[in-house]
Amino acid sequence: MHHKTIVQLSAALAAGECSSEELTRAFLERIERFNPPLNAFITVTAESALAQARAADQRRRRGEAQPLTGVPIAHKDIFCTDGVRTSCGSRMLDPFIAPYDATVVERLAAAGAVMLGKTNLDEFAMGSSNETSFYGPVRNPWDLEAVPGGSSGGSAAAVAARLTPGATGTDTGGSIRQPAALCGITGIKPTYGRVSRWGMIAYASSLDQGGPLARTAADCALLLGAMAGFDPSDSTSVDRPVPDYATLLDRPLAGLKIGLPKEYFGEGLDSAVAQVVEEAIAEYRRLGAETVEVSLPNSALAIPAYYVIAPAECSSNLARFDGVRYGHRCEDPKDLLDLYTRSRAEGFGSEVKRRILVGTFVLSAGYYDAYYLKAQQIRRLISDDFRRAFEQVDVIAGPTSPTVAFNLGEKVDDPITMYLSDIYTIAVNLAGLPGLSMPVGFVGQRPVGLQLIGNYFAEDRLLNVAHRYQQTTDWHERSPAGF
Amino acid sequence: MEWETVIGLEIHAQLATHSKIFSGAATAYGADPNTQACAIDLGLPGVLPVLNRETVRMAAMFGLAIGAEVARRSVFARKNYFYPDLPKGYQISQYELPVVQRGQLTIELEDGVSKVIGITRAHLEEDAGKSLHEDFQGLSGIDLNRAGTPLLEIVSEPDLRSAKEAVAYMKKLHQMVVYLGICDGNMQEGSFRCDANVSVRRKGDPKFGTRAEIKNLNSFRFVERAIEFEIERQIDLIEGGGKVVQETRLYDPDKGETRSMRGKEEANDYRYFPDPDLLPLVLDDAFIDTARASLPELPDIKKQRFTDQYGLSSYDAGVLTASRALADYYEAVVMALGGEAKLCANWVMGDLSAFLNKDNRDIDHSPVDPTSLAGLLRRIQDRTISGKIAKDVFEAMWAGEGHADAIIEQRGLRQITDSSAIEKVIDDVIAANPDQLAQYRAGKDKLFGFFVGQVMKLSKGKANPQQVNDLLTQKLKG
Repeated sequence: MHHKTIVQLSAALAAGECSSEELTRAFLERIERFNPPLNAFITVTAESALAQARAADQRRRRGEAQPLTGVPIAHKDIFCTDGVRTSCGSRMLDPFIAPYDATVVERLAAAGAVMLGKTNLDEFAMGSSNETSFYGPVRNPWDLEAVPGGSSGGSAAAVAARLTPGATGTDTGGSIRQPAALCGITGIKPTYGRVSRWGMIAYASSLDQGGPLARTAADCALLLGAMAGFDPSDSTSVDRPVPDYATLLDRPLAGLKIGLPKEYFGEGLDSAVAQVVEEAIAEYRRLGAETVEVSLPNSALAIPAYYVIAPAECSSNLARFDGVRYGHRCEDPKDLLDLYTRSRAEGFGSEVKRRILVGTFVLSAGYYDAYYLKAQQIRRLISDDFRRAFEQVDVIAGPTSPTVAFNLGEKVDDPITMYLSDIYTIAVNLAGLPGLSMPVGFVGQRPVGLQLIGNYFAEDRLLNVAHRYQQTTDWHERSPAGF
Repeated sequence: MEWETVIGLEIHAQLATHSKIFSGAATAYGADPNTQACAIDLGLPGVLPVLNRETVRMAAMFGLAIGAEVARRSVFARKNYFYPDLPKGYQISQYELPVVQRGQLTIELEDGVSKVIGITRAHLEEDAGKSLHEDFQGLSGIDLNRAGTPLLEIVSEPDLRSAKEAVAYMKKLHQMVVYLGICDGNMQEGSFRCDANVSVRRKGDPKFGTRAEIKNLNSFRFVERAIEFEIERQIDLIEGGGKVVQETRLYDPDKGETRSMRGKEEANDYRYFPDPDLLPLVLDDAFIDTARASLPELPDIKKQRFTDQYGLSSYDAGVLTASRALADYYEAVVMALGGEAKLCANWVMGDLSAFLNKDNRDIDHSPVDPTSLAGLLRRIQDRTISGKIAKDVFEAMWAGEGHADAIIEQRGLRQITDSSAIEKVIDDVIAANPDQLAQYRAGKDKLFGFFVGQVMKLSKGKANPQQVNDLLTQKLKG
């Protein structure tokens, strides 16, 4: 049963082949058995999961089932969940029990999904390897020596190891797509504003966007359909109807124009990864798509711009974690300054501190224009690059990450190298565009992801383009040995 | 040495909305600590602000009322600093692009001269909570009820040249925001408070002196005293060979002095940047037109109309239009009475105001409503009672004894206008005071008043004064 996709599980539930309770129990058992080596979950909510499953079964008996009714999922532990610890992978929020549900959590619950638990992540979503979590690193089910990517590494590893059929993630600079690529699954970061950020703990507000991780594009279509939509509680959410993604998957690809940015295939891309990606693109030509070279000339500026804007926003967003109202507070503070400095020094890990310091610096008087404003200008240039490219092509394709999963500890002391693993994903966040990653092969036993980038609100097109590929290939069906 | 003072004021007016600027929590004053603070006000992880539309309408009204530019596009920014009563670690405010830009207000000085004061900007922002340092045995308590309360910060140009001008400006601004209905103006509760930037320079010096900012002045009197103290302090300092340093100072009302709170070098770097949780605030013509349509008659225009329409003096018109509620009350009295604007003005400014002051009530809580007051004035007008008796009737009305007519009947206060009855009283008085009569007739005219007094006394004040005058004049002649 655990090898079935969400679409298949939904059908099995509808056909009465199993109950949600049985399904939920099966996944909970798998989590119990396989989570210890992976460390994909921070919190498992077995009891409430079973209660939700029973409620789903009742709804089904009453004839009120929707496609996701009774389907188990997991939430990245960055989404607030009422009555359940919401840690954000940080010691700072280790004691924090959210008093409310994030909109994403609420909507998936309303669609009938069952929450198995909360998945591990880089602390406050800051990282590309899931090594910065207070709860320890997550391991890649394809190779336990390898990282799963980050920051949604727990969600990606859990889906890849079949501990859950789907999970939520957030993506600020690649945090859904890069771990999806490194773990051999499918994940989509929607257009900025497509999914509500209410209840999603902010890292960099102008870049953060929630989205699903699952095995297939069709599964992502179901999950995204439930998550997306206008939310009056989020001023940056966009009031625009949500297409029925699941019914738009099968459109043929004949005549599709795929742009291949020359900057994404140059220096820095691992040649074995390049070969796998080229093969996937060849498959698209066989499916009737036309490929053309495009240029995104300001690509090289994306990482520096991102590492000004994201830390700037994070330095402000994380100011609320001060030990005063909730979260970690140091023992016996002498005075106010001591309360602040020790609570924050103890509560935050080193990558978070690094970004807070960088962000504080770039916003400081005398530096703001040189860093923050300049980075915002670059952001506009990058958006313009994409706008010009989308005048020529329907989607853009390239590698999700320049390498396959690297080993634990390999880049942890070298932040610059670590940051480069998001070199192809970050520009998409800066422009606010939707991006998807799906498995297209392996280098050795480690998966390779193909990134598809669409125009604003073209999630339906991205899911369609990915789905057609998954109809003629089986990379998404491969499962890691031992799970 | 002649010195010139330069003052600019930053005034925080709390906007009179029901809910907060970025959350749905209530803004009512005086609730138990932390009972009016929702997840957003507490700065919980994952919460997001949503702008209260009403605050924008109010800011736009203010901008239109002071002839300012209401920005089609303005931007909310984060002002970052750590303080326990600032839950998010930043205040959402407006920085580079405020919603109101370049307006002005005309103040009238004591010598009757008008002066135009420039208003640089007015921007929307949220208030912080309150830290409570008493009652916690060495610890501090935090009340976040006020966190997120909408404020309009109104920044003047450095156009004010004395403490008196500063107070006149502040009063005018206070009148304006209360008129507009966008602020309750309650200074004790902190709904209208002021920071003053004060500097001095030698007369004729084109450069401004170094300024000190005096924080949190919450009464007109404190503003005047604090600025006066500060001017003298700065002049003494410079004349003594010292230098004014740029700093923030606090006014101590008990000692009547300002003292240093923090210097420039300790000043925070607030690291302002546009708030990514809020889109730029874009206002279209329709929104601004709606705000314009909801503007009430403004104080200066109302005052002019009162002089034109009711024939009142500029002073009377100024007093009666000091607040919209008083002006509305006055006009309701005139309308109910159907004229006699001056009589109405005298009563509203006189007895009514005196009684309101005595009981510390505002006009909205007057026990005598405009129709009732008009009922009383009608009886003066038709000579049923004299103005003097009317004061007693008014006092009874104030005490809740009913309408004027009922009180007049009940107490038998109806004025005597029957000439023969008055003559009878006069005759009695003259007969009882032969000495005075003789003196009067010998040329002591001043004694006329004595006879009037006696007649009124004997008639229990009810004799019509005009008739008493006329008849007494005849009779005393002999």
